[in-house]
Amino acid sequence: MIAFDYLRAADRDQALSAAQSRDGARFIAGGTNLLDLMKLQVEAPRRLVDIGALDLRQIERTDEGGLRIGALVSNADLAAHPLVRARYPVLSRAILAGASAQLRNKATTAGNLLQRTRCYFFYDPAVPCNKRTPGSGCSAIGGFNRIMAVLGTSEQCIASHPSDMAVAMRVLDARVETVLPSGERRALSLDELYRLPGDTPQIETHLQPGELITAVLLPSPPTGRQTYRKVRDRASYAFALVSVAGIVSMEQDRISGAALAFGGVGTMPWRDRAAEDLLVGQQPSRALFDQAADTVLAAAIGHGENDFKIPLLRRTLAAVLGKLTETVA
Amino acid sequence: MSEASITMDAPFERSLLDTAPAPLVGTSVSRVDGPFKVTGQARYAAEHGSGDLAYGMLVRAPVGSGRIDRLDTAAAEAMPGVLAVITDARLIRNGGDFAGAAAPPHGSRDVVYFGQPIALVVADSFERARAAASAVRLSYERKPGVFDLAEVLDSAEPPTNDIFGLFLIHTEQGDVAGALKQAAVVVDEVWTTPSQSHAPMEPHATVAQWDGRRLTLHGSYQSPVTTRDQLATLLGLETAQVRVLAPFVGGGFGSKLGLMPEAAAAAIAAQRLGRPVKVALPRQHVFEMTGRRPATHQRLRLGADADGKLTTIAHETITDQLEGEMFFEPAGIATHLLYAAPNRLVDHKVARVNKLLGVSMRAPGEGVGQLSLECAMDELAEKLDLDPVELRLRNEPEVHPETGQAFSSRSLAECLRVGAERFGWTARNRAPGRCRDGEWLIGHGMAASARGNLFGPAKVRVRIDADGLAAVETEMTDIGTGTYTILSQIVADLLGVALDRVEVRLGDTDAPTSAGSGGSWGATTAGSAVYAACEKLRVMLAEAAGVTSGNAVFADGMIVAGEVRRPLSELVGNGMVVDGATAPGTSNAHFSQSSYGAHFCEMRVNAVTGEMRVARWNSVFAAGRILNTKTATSQAIGGIVFGIGGALTEELVHDVRTGKVVNRDLGEYHVPVHADIPDIDVLYLEERDRLANPLLAKGIGELGVCGSGAAVANAIYNATGVRVRDFPITLDKLFPGITP
Amino acid sequence: MDWIDAEVEAPLTLRVNGVPHSVRIDTRTTLLDALRERFGLTGTKKGCDHGQCGACTVLVNGRRINSCLSLAMMHADDEITTIEGVGAPGALHPLQTAFIDADGFQCGYCTSGQICSALGMLEEVAAGWPSHVSGDLMPAPPLDLGEICERMSGNLCRCAAYPRIVAAIQSYAASREGEGA
Repeated sequence: MIAFDYLRAADRDQALSAAQSRDGARFIAGGTNLLDLMKLQVEAPRRLVDIGALDLRQIERTDEGGLRIGALVSNADLAAHPLVRARYPVLSRAILAGASAQLRNKATTAGNLLQRTRCYFFYDPAVPCNKRTPGSGCSAIGGFNRIMAVLGTSEQCIASHPSDMAVAMRVLDARVETVLPSGERRALSLDELYRLPGDTPQIETHLQPGELITAVLLPSPPTGRQTYRKVRDRASYAFALVSVAGIVSMEQDRISGAALAFGGVGTMPWRDRAAEDLLVGQQPSRALFDQAADTVLAAAIGHGENDFKIPLLRRTLAAVLGKLTETVA
Repeated sequence: MSEASITMDAPFERSLLDTAPAPLVGTSVSRVDGPFKVTGQARYAAEHGSGDLAYGMLVRAPVGSGRIDRLDTAAAEAMPGVLAVITDARLIRNGGDFAGAAAPPHGSRDVVYFGQPIALVVADSFERARAAASAVRLSYERKPGVFDLAEVLDSAEPPTNDIFGLFLIHTEQGDVAGALKQAAVVVDEVWTTPSQSHAPMEPHATVAQWDGRRLTLHGSYQSPVTTRDQLATLLGLETAQVRVLAPFVGGGFGSKLGLMPEAAAAAIAAQRLGRPVKVALPRQHVFEMTGRRPATHQRLRLGADADGKLTTIAHETITDQLEGEMFFEPAGIATHLLYAAPNRLVDHKVARVNKLLGVSMRAPGEGVGQLSLECAMDELAEKLDLDPVELRLRNEPEVHPETGQAFSSRSLAECLRVGAERFGWTARNRAPGRCRDGEWLIGHGMAASARGNLFGPAKVRVRIDADGLAAVETEMTDIGTGTYTILSQIVADLLGVALDRVEVRLGDTDAPTSAGSGGSWGATTAGSAVYAACEKLRVMLAEAAGVTSGNAVFADGMIVAGEVRRPLSELVGNGMVVDGATAPGTSNAHFSQSSYGAHFCEMRVNAVTGEMRVARWNSVFAAGRILNTKTATSQAIGGIVFGIGGALTEELVHDVRTGKVVNRDLGEYHVPVHADIPDIDVLYLEERDRLANPLLAKGIGELGVCGSGAAVANAIYNATGVRVRDFPITLDKLFPGITP
Repeated sequence: MDWIDAEVEAPLTLRVNGVPHSVRIDTRTTLLDALRERFGLTGTKKGCDHGQCGACTVLVNGRRINSCLSLAMMHADDEITTIEGVGAPGALHPLQTAFIDADGFQCGYCTSGQICSALGMLEEVAAGWPSHVSGDLMPAPPLDLGEICERMSGNLCRCAAYPRIVAAIQSYAASREGEGA
């Protein structure tokens, strides 16, 4: 960990200007991922702006019937919030499936969205990694890649996005509210926030330098059943090999609405609207679920040890859709 | 000072432990060091040192095979607080082996595995040392290397050393090939196990101090005297010039047996700088530069007649290891003695690779060898359409099937019967893949367990002070095993004093040398030496009281014989001291000594995803006298869970291009967590082994590991109908064979 | 603005177990290293330094966190409780006694973290927080074996005292309930 300047910002303006005043400045909130990476010198900020004192810890109802979640709300508080449990259970479930209680107490909502990959090679400065050191090469391609992505990969990077929470946020059509160093505010959907690795895997979002996420906005809860299913190597405290967030509504015996997002398989929290469209208006069946999986996985590429994620996603998706569409006796 | 020694040359018909009026040995005594551990007051290695303590961080080689040709330390040395960048030729390349005083390989910039330590940065704070370690620049020449066992199986050769006779390299009798041709039923399969990491919760750490004449190390060592001897050799010091202390050790499992890189580096730096230096390995370095259980490739062939009598057992194993290192994984070690069969072959070979040092890991040999043997027995039972418990009972040998030696004690059959009863084995699922509860498939599996009982030389000092307080001093360690507690119990029973009137001081090379913690022999060796000392003290106390010790009862701090009733404090004068010792004798050489057990478990496997859950567990063991039922049960549970981890999740992955440890943290090297482990039922049968030692006890620390993974694998097969022979059985290997 | 420049030691006062500790500290120092290296509070353990083992668990304002993944500078306003603040050898907290009785440890290195984590966990359950294994998210969760195991899974124990740690927690929770009733 290289030496850095440190400022505990008293308010938003101070935080924004401090982050502007030096190259290599980073905001720190929970710190559970940033410090993890700084200790290995994978991240080496020259300046840390601690935003922990900012007033961004509220969860409020919005006029549109949704929720506005302050960027600093801890993962634990978000998962336990009565409105989230009652109206967005997929979000509570996804958060509770991730990390440990200690980490959820510390990690924040915005920090979780911005957490970086757990790729083994990204985590070791002794080996090439295009995400860490652009142009150095990708050690995961041709190396052990069991945890890597099968969707959204490029020839430069196949690292998967590790978040569970972000998968639920994506299925819920969450948007992030930000403030730019100029003071200008904007809102981005998660589709607009995340970038595919392409030729620049080191750039993971469309946030501008010094731009601060202040809140996450959830629209009013969608109709239908919600679920989050995570498949992992241990019963707890392990990253997803495959996860599926699903929200499905039924009218009579037909699917009237469907939203699906996937974790563990994509270079970003993955969503495939074509697969959702394919389900709507149809009677649930194993053949239909397979068609949806075909759509999601049409462009999937395995790299050897992670090949299994493709059939595993297919099976998990079918099971999730089966549960969400089954008629309750 | 008096001395007393016990050599096991004859059966021990009468143990003094059976004469204590209100014995603590054999009961459920809480750990005497418990109050220190639950309050954070027990001080582990890195918690020593103060004042001008300096901090060291090792720099590792970023190549799997090659030579460092330039090491540029200038930038690091110029950083604030940096005291030195040490590239001393005595920095060790890899850890020392578990025995002997030879210095581990050192003194070269030749790199033989990725992650090898090549320099030590020392600074006045941890933060500064870590930052400066990242600033060391180097260049290297890459050399060809071997990074994958599967590629070099053909080049494997017999090991160069049988590890002081502990591991048999090759045994053969009868006509294996001929018998297999004649057999009614044959199993012939290959099982593979990967490198595994000990992953003790406390990372390896040393605080070294040099006062100009003597080096003192506080560290995390299972065998302080081995660390001392190897370090003294390395640095050219007399052993008397090195003192090694390890009163509390946060787990070891084999990874802290010899001199490890952090201890050598801290000692060198402390000598050079003239101030105390702490080197506490980051977790990544524990994974990369301490040790691993070697990978194995095991071919196992069983032949049986139609009645399920084994005619043939052939177990051929290949393991991987660094060039020049003597340790090998003796995966066939239990195959020598578990089952009767006239035609037998056990063979070990080693292939040389450029990977981190292979070392002993909890139950070296049995830990992975009983995976293949006990899974093969399950496959054989299925082919014979025979209950796997019954198959084992039918092949129970009367004497050691290779040597013809009698067993000192062997209650395997009883363990199998009692375990089956406790588990409800008769109500098990019999048709693989057919028992289902919603998405979950349910299966039942079992395996036998055996672990050799070792006995070695050990010494302790037992004293009774003028005020009647008893104390034990020995170099022996307690790495979570319960040594503090059981030695206290033995002294309390034999001298008739209360438990809180006994103080046990461990982990100091200035005290008499023990056998160390390793090989499940700590309790029996150190405990027997304590026994020897106490036996002598009883005689001395009886003499002082004017009675004969054979008629005396020691209880409540008194010696009582007929009319005589005297407090010990009146008899000891200024104090009595006896050095007790044990040594292996003919009993150990002439009898086959092992602990045995049987595991039964229920597994649930998700038919959609292949996720596996251990649902229910019963194990029954017989290991001679159980000294402390509470700590012994914990040991058993710990071993069983170690085996579960090895079966289901644990794999230290090496990059096949460089040998580098890919998953070098606890986030991706998956040891079991709370949620993976159900309640575990453990029962020890009543047994006394009169040929083992005066305690009549056998080792238990590794017994739980042996066979437990096979019980898991067999239950998974029973649940799913899928055999996975490539451990660990991760879900990706399982679900493709299951219909969702 | 109150900047602390790189490689400058900053003054910091942390309240640990009710006692203020004032030091000058490198900004890079984690809460864990501040406790262990600067305050001599070595009961909190370093097992992995990356939030992957739980040995460093402490309570910050009553909540359990990994002290290795937090900078000391970030806690100037907080109330920190470590194992030393839970109980002492002569004055054990009942949960510590329960750990000894149930043999909820072997080597002892994860134990401080397990105990601090359990104390935080029981407060989370009391607050009605659900867990991954809760069948229903809305009602107050039960304190059964499955719930305790899931909620304690952030604390590794390589000696695998797991079943006995759970037993210790259950025994303590039951006695507390008895007192409350």
